[in-house]
Amino acid sequence: MTGTATLETQSLNMSFGSVPIINDVTFTLRPGERRALIGPNGAGKTTFVNLLTGRLHPSSGSVLLNGHDITEVGEARRIRMGIGRTFQITSLFPKLTVRENVFLAVAECEGIASRLFRSAFHHGAQVARVDELVHRVGLGDVANTQAQFLPYGRQRLLEIAIALALRPKILLLDEPAAGIPTAESHVILDIIATLPKEIAVLLIDHDMDLVFRFAQQISVLVQGSILVEGAPRDIAADPRVREVYLGDSKHGLPAAA
Amino acid sequence: MTTIPAPPVAVIAAPSGLARLLQLVPWFVVAGLPLVLPGYEPLAMQVFVMILFALSLDLLVGYAGIVTLGHAGLFGMGAYTAGILSVHGVTDPIVTALAAMVVAALTGLVFGAAMLRTKGLTLLMLTMAAAFLLYEIANKATGLTGGEDGLQGVSFTPVLGLFAFDFRGKTAFFYSLVALFLVFTFVRILINSPFGWSLRGIRENDARMVAIGCPILQRRVVAYVISAALAGLAGALQAQTTQFVALHSLSFELSGNILIMLILGGSGRLYGAFVGVPAFMFAQDLLAKQDPANWFLGQGIILIAMVMLAPGGMLGIAERAMAAIKRRLS
Repeated sequence: MTGTATLETQSLNMSFGSVPIINDVTFTLRPGERRALIGPNGAGKTTFVNLLTGRLHPSSGSVLLNGHDITEVGEARRIRMGIGRTFQITSLFPKLTVRENVFLAVAECEGIASRLFRSAFHHGAQVARVDELVHRVGLGDVANTQAQFLPYGRQRLLEIAIALALRPKILLLDEPAAGIPTAESHVILDIIATLPKEIAVLLIDHDMDLVFRFAQQISVLVQGSILVEGAPRDIAADPRVREVYLGDSKHGLPAAA
Repeated sequence: MTTIPAPPVAVIAAPSGLARLLQLVPWFVVAGLPLVLPGYEPLAMQVFVMILFALSLDLLVGYAGIVTLGHAGLFGMGAYTAGILSVHGVTDPIVTALAAMVVAALTGLVFGAAMLRTKGLTLLMLTMAAAFLLYEIANKATGLTGGEDGLQGVSFTPVLGLFAFDFRGKTAFFYSLVALFLVFTFVRILINSPFGWSLRGIRENDARMVAIGCPILQRRVVAYVISAALAGLAGALQAQTTQFVALHSLSFELSGNILIMLILGGSGRLYGAFVGVPAFMFAQDLLAKQDPANWFLGQGIILIAMVMLAPGGMLGIAERAMAAIKRRLS
């Protein structure tokens, strides 16, 4: 498989019972793209990510990777195909250390995880990668601390290290900065900046400052449908978007340029 | 609700050469026991076999997070395989032990592939049901297994053609000790391997393992098959060292007891089996002889006390005591 990947959805629909969550979403994420997905709470952003990664199965429509239909491909296999993600609600291995958390992901990614007879610490190349990743997200000082004892903000960084360990071609970041003090959210951007250029990154976040500094393109999801897509400047100026966010000062959009 | 405390942090790091040598010392001490305490070989080999059995269970309960109440089903399959082979003229201990491992592994593969899609209480019930099924089959197939009377006429040729099983149990003692040492070494390598770490990952957060690309069903089935083979070996050793196979080897009582022994010692710690099994068997010996009915009462009290007060088992208590002493000193 090539180093780059295009992820698309075609007329994707998803409903829980009779409640529609995602309505006819057609969406494309191209190699190297830095796209943000924004929208009010309950718009279906996390559901959409779960449909992309195969955690949820759509009611209708399809998900395509490089033009191949992967709608029926399971979650674990999609991860191995290069679709990496972080979770909005931190999902770690709480009783394992930071290094061990990252090691599990590196081991799966590099195909050594089913080896029975060689001690984990004798896999020098993989262990070196673990340490490199742990340092890259700034967790070097707590490398041997159990994940459950990390402050929440640093657990978020561990989430990102695990996602990066999988060498994703497409990286879906579901509110990576939630729980990280606003003043420190630039750490997330710094980490994204270290990624190879051809990786496509989709960022979901409510921190508009972060979103607008990050994104080249923005998609706005409202009530399960894409309301509008475009460059950050156009999105900020779009009256429909401003209406959706009106009165929600916490999520206030920056003034139109 | 009491939560089970985390097993000690096993940092991915290599032990030193000296530490490795020191770990061999207890094995030599045990091997020298017959010189000091002659006459205890039959009891000791029973303990070895049960430790081996508990080790196979620890791989599932302590590392893969698969709690089973049917592990005796696999133990019994091994015991009956070795016993039935010997009755039909295949009497080499090592050949029959290997055959027992294969049969138990295949049994584990069939049941594991079917059961391990589920987890928690559902899985617990399924493991129980599977073991009941095997028990009933053995109970009804009297021509093959001897049914309720047990399998008579089991006997084996000398180990490696050199060491005959004597009635004092010396050969059986060393034979089962060597088997236990090999299995312990194997399990220790296994739990430190990337595979072993991925089992811990599945235990800790199986949904997250899926989201890092892990085929968790496959991983769990492999763990189950390996554990089944080791349980089958324990069963074969039981048949070989006692020259008899009872229906009890497939029973729910044995499944329950081995789980209690592991919990008593502390699961997920590798050494829990070495502590829990002797402690349980000693208590059983002490209490059951006086009054069998009260033994069950005692067993219940032990279990409740462990779960309520010491969820990490006896090793968990020791770990907390050590941690407290360290805090005091620093």
